Amino acid sequence: MTDATVALEISDLHKSYGSLEVLKGISLTAHEGDVISILGSSGSGKSTFLRCLNLLEAPSSGQISFAGEAFKLKPSKEGNLESADQKQLERMRASIGFVFQNFNLWPHMTVIENIMEAPVHVLKQDKATAREKAESYLRKVGLFDKKDSYPNQLSGGQQQRIAIARTLAMEPRVLLFDEPTSALDPELVNEVLNVMRDLAAEGRTMLIVTHEMRFAREVSSQIVFLHQGQIEEIGEPEKVFTNPDSDRCRAFLSTHF
Amino acid sequence: MDLQGFGHLLISGAWITIQLAVCSLFVGLLFGIIGASAKLSSSKTANLLGNSYTLFVRGMPELLLVLTIYFGSSAVLMAIASLFGYDEYIELSPFVAGVTALSIAFGAYATEVFRSAMQEIPKGQREAAVALGMSRFQTFRRITLPQVWRLALPGLGNLFLVLLKDTALVSVIGLNELMRQASVAVGNTKEPFTFYFAAAMVYLLMTSISMAGLHLLERKANQGYQGARS
Repeated sequence: MTDATVALEISDLHKSYGSLEVLKGISLTAHEGDVISILGSSGSGKSTFLRCLNLLEAPSSGQISFAGEAFKLKPSKEGNLESADQKQLERMRASIGFVFQNFNLWPHMTVIENIMEAPVHVLKQDKATAREKAESYLRKVGLFDKKDSYPNQLSGGQQQRIAIARTLAMEPRVLLFDEPTSALDPELVNEVLNVMRDLAAEGRTMLIVTHEMRFAREVSSQIVFLHQGQIEEIGEPEKVFTNPDSDRCRAFLSTHF
Repeated sequence: MDLQGFGHLLISGAWITIQLAVCSLFVGLLFGIIGASAKLSSSKTANLLGNSYTLFVRGMPELLLVLTIYFGSSAVLMAIASLFGYDEYIELSPFVAGVTALSIAFGAYATEVFRSAMQEIPKGQREAAVALGMSRFQTFRRITLPQVWRLALPGLGNLFLVLLKDTALVSVIGLNELMRQASVAVGNTKEPFTFYFAAAMVYLLMTSISMAGLHLLERKANQGYQGARS
């Protein structure tokens, strides 16, 4: 797949909180259709890394580009980088899907309103079109019958599937998942992973921070193992899971698999 | 109860009281949102302005605020006008001065109500919006504000009931609202109990209607939160 178009390119990404350096120069390229799982123990910087990619977290230095377009960045007062072009930031974020650990559905809106919100107000779709699309994504995640419920009436697994539908409704080019199943009761994890499996099978470009090793091994085209803010091991799942070069990676996998 | 033909006076006074309270409510809500945003802003200057606003206004009797604005504003307006070569006497109408004073006072207390409500909204709510490409204003207007509204509603309702009765203070600068009209009736009939009691009943009626309205608003704002886990 090396001749596929580059979907996402990160070069030399650093992030510090005061004197604590959390990311120490990460470079990574994702091609269209790649599913990259990012593993690592807590504190390895994997969530921070993902949150830097759409500037939810301000990186200290480095470059990030999606489909060939780099974020325009400038130094902020706190010494980090911030967007130099708010319009570009909004436009690029609209094409980068982000799924949160805690779902972050809006409790004052019904399920269908949650999904229609950004397509109507950001993409300026008319309501009928947005509703039609929202319904089709709800069917895709198997929750069409919940369209008029409020998020608080749903289980965690259902909320996360709605959150995925909300992200898909923007028709993003890349999907970022930040530990999407970590806040769920064990019996609810699979319904979310199944939805993600389907998305991977459709050939979507995905970056997934996860602790679900079996899942990562099964769906990923590439595995990245982060350790103390650096890429310690990177490669195809078979290689990383069966015969990693790094001893730390081997130790991590043996305790988590 | 014999109102001796002064009933219409009380009714016209009540109508002005309602206008005064509703106008002050809307302007005051705006001040409250601005004040809370200033206090929570990352800008030090905005923090200072927000803090001074609530400190000074809450540290001053409302009556004094009404008087200061009514008499102070004409001095300020005339000073400004004289810069443009206009030297006639200018003053704010008692109604405009009243709305200004009451909304400044309401806004200062509402600032605190909004501030604590805004702090209650988890950061992830806004992050979800901006991650989908929504602008800062859209995020505030569509995501933060409706949730803040729900949390702030009981506190704001309380403040409105206080405001409704503070409108009586504006009678001192000659606005013909309910309190002043009652006094006028008393002056003419020498029957203080009758008219002050009648005025009290009208305030009570207005308060009851407000409370019922508030109850409806709270019910609407709480939609989707029944049986909430969080």
